Amino acid sequence: MNFGAVVDVMLKPGIADPQGQTVERALPALGYAGVEGVRVGKRIELTVDAGTPEEARELVAEMCNRFLANPVIESYNVTLL
Amino acid sequence: MSGSVGIVVFPGSNCERDCRRALESLGAHTTYVWHQETSLPDVDIVVLPGGFAHGDYLRTGAIARFSPVMGAVRDHANAGGIVMGICNGFQVLCEAGLLPGALRKNSGLKFICRWVDLRVDNNQSPFAARADAGQRLRIPINHFEGSWYCDPGELQRIRANDQVVLRYTANPNGALDDVAGVTNERGNVFGLMPHPERACEPSSGSQDGAVILGSMLDTAPAREHAHL
Repeated sequence: MNFGAVVDVMLKPGIADPQGQTVERALPALGYAGVEGVRVGKRIELTVDAGTPEEARELVAEMCNRFLANPVIESYNVTLL
Repeated sequence: MSGSVGIVVFPGSNCERDCRRALESLGAHTTYVWHQETSLPDVDIVVLPGGFAHGDYLRTGAIARFSPVMGAVRDHANAGGIVMGICNGFQVLCEAGLLPGALRKNSGLKFICRWVDLRVDNNQSPFAARADAGQRLRIPINHFEGSWYCDPGELQRIRANDQVVLRYTANPNGALDDVAGVTNERGNVFGLMPHPERACEPSSGSQDGAVILGSMLDTAPAREHAHL
């Protein structure tokens, strides 16, 4: 069975995110005051073949641990569609 | 001759010729090793040069670490063999888990290409044994993702074990603890963001890179090489 999944990869909390900081500093110029905590990450979409939703989730998590995210600096979240 | 060096070439590597020229000028014999190889030729030392291996897609070094040759590089390292990763090679070794930490985007979000001053903080390392303790070296950097990071607990262990060989005297990229070059726990695998191979000739403005590369070559047993 095919399962669609979305992986969100973010820098871990506490790790400086210069992209997020730059975006945050740019927002007031467009008139958006009071925005804080901007973090920029990446989104990976994929389809996996698995027996059950649990298996699909485990498979994607394994991919994240081994490849899609770098556990030293990044955290990830898997959402099945 | 002072040793035989295998220079690993990934699709997207672009410093392999600079490495060959610098290492051979220091007396080494060099061989290119294509990333699809599953074994290494008879070499004392393995160098992973700079560039953009596999386009640096996903993350720098993330795909290169799965290249077939990396199994042989890991075996070489696990057997105590000398391995050096320069710039993108450093990123690959971190992704492969052969070196601690990871390389983040530069804190200023700029690609930086310029000379930097480095301080040798461990001249007991085989990668800096030709240097005096605390010696300053002038070597260029050329990277966007060179801001080294590891978790605080690991940094404590790294410092206690004297694994930081090179530090920036003026941190250009936000690297944790000013780290420019670090070894694994055993001390036989070394990664650095600066490019020593670009500072080995009088015309390059500094020959300080030869201190690093020469130190590394000193680890190899003397041997005669047949002219190929």
